[in-house]
Amino acid sequence: MDNTMTLILELAIIALLIVGITLFRTPRGARWGNLTAAAALLAAIVLVASTHRIVDVSWLVAALLIGGAVGIVVAVRVTMIQIPAMVAFQHGAGGVAACTVALVELTRSGAELTPLGEVSGYLGLVIGAATFSGSMLASAKLAAKIKQTPTILPKHNFALLILLAAIAGLCLTASASTGSGPIALLIVALAASVLLGWLFAIRIGGADMPVLISFLNATAGLAAAFCGIVIKNQLLIACGATVAASGSILTAVMCKAMNRSFVKVLSGNKSVPTSVTRPAAPERPAVPRVVRTFAESMTEAKRLLHEAGSVIIVPGYGMALAKAQFKVADLSQRLMQMGKKVSFAIHPVAGRMPGHMNVLLAEADVDYELLREMDDVNGEFAATDVVLVIGACDVVNPAAIMKADTPISGMPILNAHEAKHVLVFNLDERPGYSGVPNSLYDEPSTILLFGDAGKTIGEVLASLEPTPRLEGVNV
Amino acid sequence: MSDLILMLSVFAVAFGVGYLLISRVPPLLHTPLMSMTNAVSAVTILGAILLFTIPSGAGYKIVGMLALMTAAFNLIGGFVITDRMTRLFKTQQDSHLKSEDRGM
Repeated sequence: MDNTMTLILELAIIALLIVGITLFRTPRGARWGNLTAAAALLAAIVLVASTHRIVDVSWLVAALLIGGAVGIVVAVRVTMIQIPAMVAFQHGAGGVAACTVALVELTRSGAELTPLGEVSGYLGLVIGAATFSGSMLASAKLAAKIKQTPTILPKHNFALLILLAAIAGLCLTASASTGSGPIALLIVALAASVLLGWLFAIRIGGADMPVLISFLNATAGLAAAFCGIVIKNQLLIACGATVAASGSILTAVMCKAMNRSFVKVLSGNKSVPTSVTRPAAPERPAVPRVVRTFAESMTEAKRLLHEAGSVIIVPGYGMALAKAQFKVADLSQRLMQMGKKVSFAIHPVAGRMPGHMNVLLAEADVDYELLREMDDVNGEFAATDVVLVIGACDVVNPAAIMKADTPISGMPILNAHEAKHVLVFNLDERPGYSGVPNSLYDEPSTILLFGDAGKTIGEVLASLEPTPRLEGVNV
Repeated sequence: MSDLILMLSVFAVAFGVGYLLISRVPPLLHTPLMSMTNAVSAVTILGAILLFTIPSGAGYKIVGMLALMTAAFNLIGGFVITDRMTRLFKTQQDSHLKSEDRGM
């Protein structure tokens, strides 16, 4: 095949990928978009394999089969709540692929590489290795295998700077030396990059995880693009750059949703007191909180829901942890059957990665047309009879917009406090990730139902059921 | 020099086009989007395949196998998970048709 033909095919493959991404504008199109992108990559693999003479075909096929089979098994078994950890783990795998390809190219054809190729090779190696360790750490945090809170080491910034300088020095020395020097130097640089990714990710945690995972998405793409420059493959560069763009956008979206600067997130600069210091004299509301027993609150909650004409449900990650989304979905169904207007208000950072809450609700069969974004739904709280806050805390904390000098001040929230009544279904009264006590709990319009959300909502649902069980409701 | 310009332009154009396209994706679909682009980032598999176009020693073969396996894991796993997720999004009208997907 001549070069022109190859170029045309490459362009066609990129066009196919663009079509795939374009289809991601609607949920219905997204499925086809994913399959289209998969087809584009399959075509790219076939093109590369057919235009080059492969030696050691058996090694190649064996590796593809093993990697692919493990990928399928894991992907089929993973649950929707584990998605963020799984995506982070895959970013890590992508990082390994990028840094190994760069390593081989640098050591094997070092002398033939152009300066551009060489620089890209080093960047691919360092970014790939750092993406690997950062992603593995993120994945372990997201899977709760290690502590989720940020860890800040003494002189953390200084250590990062020293490490960066050392990596740069190693790469420069490797580039200048000949003979057997480079391999050893590159392996040391690789190890240092692994440490760099670890140091980088260790101080990001909790509610900042969506930012970290988006950022790692961007670096995985960037590492791929640099590998593409080394081997002069336009397809690799284009796909890698597209992924880098995607990760950058999602990182920016997440930072904006939390009113946090990217630098603050990366430096672990908290919003997150690990030991929560409550304000010395918390501002008390004008009306003291109505103290009710749980039974009284429950009776009141059931009455309010019976009488309500409109209901907004605010789900948080706590709902997913309690696996209450199925009960919540059933409750929303029942309320709609009773003729009430129901919608779900989704805060952009609800969940552990961008848009995670939407997937968790989709899994529970909630109609995606009921899922409303913050900007879209915020004007409607004031005219709403009842808001159900389920396993969410910071995203409905009025302190964010009413008080200055709290870690969440300035963060856009869902205006649940404006509704006529608020029912809070949370485990307990503890502050959310930010450590700021939720002043919504003190509002006279709020009824608190602390405990396991699945159980509490089940009880509310039972009181709304006309018959013992509805057709099609199964958990 | 022409190499530099060509490759930087490919990068810049792809980044720009990606940016324009992806900023139109609604937040509802951000998780499936990231999962899909995650799979696309495993395009490094092309580089891994090219490692097998030159005869080389056992050491390089093992490193090449590692690159291929991790890339294939990322690529296939990423698309399969994204497919599972995108199938979950439905409205009440079509949900009764696909209730077997529930609770996966």
